[in-house]
Amino acid sequence: MEVKTEKRSALRVVSRRVRKVDGQAIVSGAPHYTMDMVPPGALYAKILRSPHAHARIKRIDKREALKIPGVHLVLTHEDVPRIPFTTAGQNFPEPSPYDTFMLDSKVRFVGDRVAVVVARDEATASRACEVIKVDYEILPAVFDPHEALQPGSPILHDEPDASGIFDATKNLAAHIHVEVGNVEEGFAKADLVFERTYSVHYVQHVSMEPHVCFAHLDENSRVVIVTATQVPFHVRRIVARVNQVPIARVRVIKPRIGGGFGGKQEIVLEDLCAHIALRTGRPVVMELTRQEEFFSTRTRHPQFVTMKTGVMRDGTIVANQMKVVANTGAYGAHALTVQSNTGSKTLPLYRSPNIRYIADVAYTNLPIAGAFRGYGAPQGYFALGSLMDEIAHELGMDPLELRRKNLVRPGDEDPIATKLGEGKEGFKRVIRTCGIEQCIEVAGKEFLKRKVKSIERPFERKRRAVGFALAMHGTGIAGDDMGGATIKVNDDGSFNLLVGATDLGTGSDTILAQMAAEVLGVDVADILVYSSDTDYTPFDVGAYASSTTYVSGTAVVRAAEKVRERLRDVAAHLLSEEPENIEFRDGFFIGPDDRRIHVKQAALKSFYGEQKQQIVESASFITFECPPPFSATFVEVEIDMDTGALRVIDAASAVDLGRAINPTLAEGQIIGSVAMAIGYALYEEMKFSPGGRMLNASLMDYKIPMAADLPDIKAYLVETDEPTGPFGVKSVGEICMDNVAPAIANAVFNATGVRLRELPFTPEKVLKALKEAGY
Amino acid sequence: MDSVRIKFEVNGKPVSVVVEPNLTLLELLRDRLGLLGTKQGCGRGDCGTCTVLVDGKPILSCIKMAFQVDGCSITTIEGISENDKLSILQRAFVDEGAIQCGFCTPAMILVAKALLDSDPRPSRQKIREAISGVLCRCTGYKKIVDAIEIASKQEAGGR
Repeated sequence: MEVKTEKRSALRVVSRRVRKVDGQAIVSGAPHYTMDMVPPGALYAKILRSPHAHARIKRIDKREALKIPGVHLVLTHEDVPRIPFTTAGQNFPEPSPYDTFMLDSKVRFVGDRVAVVVARDEATASRACEVIKVDYEILPAVFDPHEALQPGSPILHDEPDASGIFDATKNLAAHIHVEVGNVEEGFAKADLVFERTYSVHYVQHVSMEPHVCFAHLDENSRVVIVTATQVPFHVRRIVARVNQVPIARVRVIKPRIGGGFGGKQEIVLEDLCAHIALRTGRPVVMELTRQEEFFSTRTRHPQFVTMKTGVMRDGTIVANQMKVVANTGAYGAHALTVQSNTGSKTLPLYRSPNIRYIADVAYTNLPIAGAFRGYGAPQGYFALGSLMDEIAHELGMDPLELRRKNLVRPGDEDPIATKLGEGKEGFKRVIRTCGIEQCIEVAGKEFLKRKVKSIERPFERKRRAVGFALAMHGTGIAGDDMGGATIKVNDDGSFNLLVGATDLGTGSDTILAQMAAEVLGVDVADILVYSSDTDYTPFDVGAYASSTTYVSGTAVVRAAEKVRERLRDVAAHLLSEEPENIEFRDGFFIGPDDRRIHVKQAALKSFYGEQKQQIVESASFITFECPPPFSATFVEVEIDMDTGALRVIDAASAVDLGRAINPTLAEGQIIGSVAMAIGYALYEEMKFSPGGRMLNASLMDYKIPMAADLPDIKAYLVETDEPTGPFGVKSVGEICMDNVAPAIANAVFNATGVRLRELPFTPEKVLKALKEAGY
Repeated sequence: MDSVRIKFEVNGKPVSVVVEPNLTLLELLRDRLGLLGTKQGCGRGDCGTCTVLVDGKPILSCIKMAFQVDGCSITTIEGISENDKLSILQRAFVDEGAIQCGFCTPAMILVAKALLDSDPRPSRQKIREAISGVLCRCTGYKKIVDAIEIASKQEAGGR
């Protein structure tokens, strides 16, 4: 459902519900994912994983494994280069600590890499893993981030060659402290000060396609890596460095990806896979099992978030402080930047003259946290969105009125953007467009009318109520995110659009083709998109930070404009006119006397006319602004008062995304992220044994939402035409991860008066809270 | 148990192969017959992305042994198109935006086909229940339900 804007009628391709360019291939089952491309005879590499949470490897005996027919190679830390790096697929220099090694002499969580077996097939590799004898010196382990930060805790990263750790002797991977104004003065002045702690848990992305990577040497002994990644150019750079080969010797190809959500913004397999291909000269494939996927890839950072907020009696916020203790697990991938976002994406939503954000990010002997859709913001918004309702309740105010009193407005300067950027100082950000009021209006219209309902029947006692929460997010990383695009003209007036931007199912190939088609006056079918091959497409940081439509989109528009100008010259020559006298409209170059040359005709003539040439143009774009999208999400929940079971029976989310290039795909992003956030709020949780082993590493035991669990989630697109974005876009991919969990918590409170501050809201927890409240 | 020769139909074509007793139907389809449209998401029957139709019924091919399909008729995503044109169901998935990453799509379409073959006009709730054996992490399912509902109406209209 869209909120119409005026200018849309002038557009032919942009703002239209164009079919996905890969739609036909997807519904036909075309073999276009990594695992579909592995040649017969490829070797299979399998990782032997640590059974201990914290141990030093004293000795590895691989003799028995090597005796098994079909085993080619067993590699341990003694066999590979020891180069500290971060697995985080971030821009160089990565703001994450270099605390990881391809293989190390120490293991730091259950599931950590110990050795890798290369064999003729998976069964042989698995058998060989079982007979490798490893002597471990078991070390004390720590699993709670608060304990990890205490003096005397076991130290995870005592290796001397790691760098970029805030304080390894305290297990402190990263630390953040920023202040605007003076919060203590603000608290002193406030009529009321609220202090509440919220906690969020370990969850996993669960892309339907597991991490998979296949590497081989080409005829020039270059290593070609075909991998399910969101960041092919970062993979190329990092893999080259840890394998001590020049970047020029590495080519990374991203085929279709079966979902990423941040989990594939990470080097999970590529370093080893490339190493084995370089070492053996043989094609080699690595594919994680679903079980490995859970504990050995990445997770969302669990956090304890303590809000302290001072307000006046009329609801005006005078001081806002957020303190975070986060758990990054065994390695610090994204430790600093995810936690930077927890503050920087959330606190600017409400005006306050005094803001303080403090975060401590601890190492523990648990699976590694990393990038996950929302990137720290969902954690912060669970606290902030819950607290706003708590304050409103105490003040006897309508929660919407309290928010409206404090909401950011167009023209405001983001108070902490300059102090808190991507792990360093950031850039000034002025809010140019803000459609939060329209979001509240369109998404809330139906919900705000609904009253709390009690259903009392024999054997049935249920309550229903509505709750909501708001969010703002970001669009790309200011001063960091750069994307490139190249457009090449073909003689039939089709165009090759080459982008480094990484479509991981999001539809970026389609919306980028729409933008190019709009500028060039042709149909989407005339744009042949090729995305993400480091040999053939221009650089792009990759698919993360909700950046692609805005950053890569601007590059595409600029490249298309350059091509159009070159074709205008061709048309001008054909019409014997000066280019500046030629207008471009609806695919035609039109002279002053109304003689016209179609863009396709100009393309043909560029090859076979008098001035033969290959027109190919490139452009790139870096953003220093990251204009925030806004969102309002409303839910209605039903609570079974006897079992604690919680269901979302209705949900609507509106997003001010600037403009939708493709409304169908934009709605898909909203609905999909609301669904994922419902899973985050209600069911999903990685559980661990006292020794740190994951207990529910299967899709039977770790529940993600299935179709029967969810209502028909409604998505509303609010268009505000952001002046800095191509065709007015901001972003849409992540924001709805932010405000669903607090909306559900607020709905539960509205239904029962019970405040839930610990995710996820499982029946056990809800029932316990209901009993404590006397139900 | 020794390897056995089995004969069955895949997408209307007869197949005769010798299979080891521990070969799964998914491995047979992907590794031996080159039908790569069927996906493996978990390998243990939890996620549904490996679903194919065996005698018209959705079956998890990653936990079905190959020898068990002797004499059966199997439909995979490669056999869904009609005369090389997308079926109504496939077209509805594209038109409604019911696809994102596409990894679950072959299974979703097959499950939807099995549903519509047995119940040409299912309610939305029935559609939701029918596809609940296939997990999708991208779409939130709403547009998938839309696509199946629209396809059911179009197919009914065409009859």
